[in-house]
Amino acid sequence: MRLKYEAQLEGLNQELVNMGSMIEKSIEYAVDALVNQDAELAAKTMKNDSRINREQKKIESTCFHLLLQQQPVAGDLRFISAAHKMVTDMERIGDQAADICEITLTIAKQPYMIDLKFLKKMAAETIQMLIKSIESYILQDRKKAEEVIGNDDVVDELFEREKSELIHQIQINPKCSEQAADMLMVAKYFERIGDHAVNIAEWVLFALDDHKTE
Amino acid sequence: MEQKTKISVKDLNLFYGENHALKNVSMDMKENAITAFIGPSGCGKSTFLKTLNRMNDLVDNVKITGQVLLDQEDIYGAEVDTTTLRKKVGMVFQQPNPFPMSIYDNIAYGPRVHGIKDRHKLDEIVEESLRGAAIFDEVKDRLKKSALSLSGGQQQRICIARALAVHPDVLLMDEPTSALDPISTLKIEDLMEELKKTYTVVIVTHNMQQAVRVSDDTAFFLLGEMIEYGNTKDLFAYPQDKRTEDYITGRFG
Repeated sequence: MRLKYEAQLEGLNQELVNMGSMIEKSIEYAVDALVNQDAELAAKTMKNDSRINREQKKIESTCFHLLLQQQPVAGDLRFISAAHKMVTDMERIGDQAADICEITLTIAKQPYMIDLKFLKKMAAETIQMLIKSIESYILQDRKKAEEVIGNDDVVDELFEREKSELIHQIQINPKCSEQAADMLMVAKYFERIGDHAVNIAEWVLFALDDHKTE
Repeated sequence: MEQKTKISVKDLNLFYGENHALKNVSMDMKENAITAFIGPSGCGKSTFLKTLNRMNDLVDNVKITGQVLLDQEDIYGAEVDTTTLRKKVGMVFQQPNPFPMSIYDNIAYGPRVHGIKDRHKLDEIVEESLRGAAIFDEVKDRLKKSALSLSGGQQQRICIARALAVHPDVLLMDEPTSALDPISTLKIEDLMEELKKTYTVVIVTHNMQQAVRVSDDTAFFLLGEMIEYGNTKDLFAYPQDKRTEDYITGRFG
């Protein structure tokens, strides 16, 4: 029964999976471009952000039409509501990847004076969190979603350490201060990506919850 | 604040001959609330509704066990007068069924049967009941006209007014808007919202959006059993039984 509705729900699921894949790639390219000072890759990734924005609008429209046409209840309503919210966090992650690329275009012009070790750790952690949050959605895996939420502290701590390291670098070598300021912004973007991955995981839990939680 | 229980059903079983149509139904319905019964065709919800004012007594070969307590008194007790019961627990049906009489006489019928003869008193009751059914202003200048000259939605409100005229406590409504157009349906839903301030309302509905819109509590029936019962928003957002979820999401009919 409700074959059209089932097909629409499956379509929405597929659209979310595709968008998840797009933003994963965006972040991976943004990190590659940053680490390898690859301005061309950074520019290409920034340009791709408009595709992600279009995908968000498409998914929002799908959710809106499902609510209008099908009057969903129960698990379907929770899933569609969660999808509608998740897609905003996904689009912001796309924005953050583009912002990291924008900074890369500036700092790629000079050799790095600062070690990227904490930044690389942050990048790796946040990519893992993002992949896991999307997997938790695809597999409807409550445990995975909860792990992502727990991981936010790790990223926050790495941000604090990166900040301290950059302040220290500025103190011992004032010539690197401009680069350090840009690196701090990149670190902040990674921290925000982590926050958005947590939001996605929280919406997954909302969709999976079979009882009201206050 | 905890709401009082108006009707309490305990271990109700109903048999149409050999057919076990209602199986061990137990539930409490709150006073001044709207309780909805939903479920697929043949699940027993209308049968159950009719046990609440002993309309099933009029059917041959029906056997009922268990209790239906109205204000803590079993309506199936030996000493219960069914006429008085049906005054206290009124009923409105799917097809509007006004008597082939004037609007005035439709409403005055019940009070007259119960012995009220005074013209002024009857006028008062007719106006009060028509106002209670949100239709007085529409018909006040044609009370002598036949009720059958009204539209479907208006006729249904006349039937509601007729039930209100004998001052019930409870109003049972069996798919009250199924035969009506969307606007009449919404008018009657607004009316239900008003009615619950004074009465206890129990409705059977096939329209799940209606159940979500109007009711405080919902009970889901399947094959004579009550599967799940609770706060309407909770039941529709977080159904606890898979059969409930499958029904309300349209995965089976």
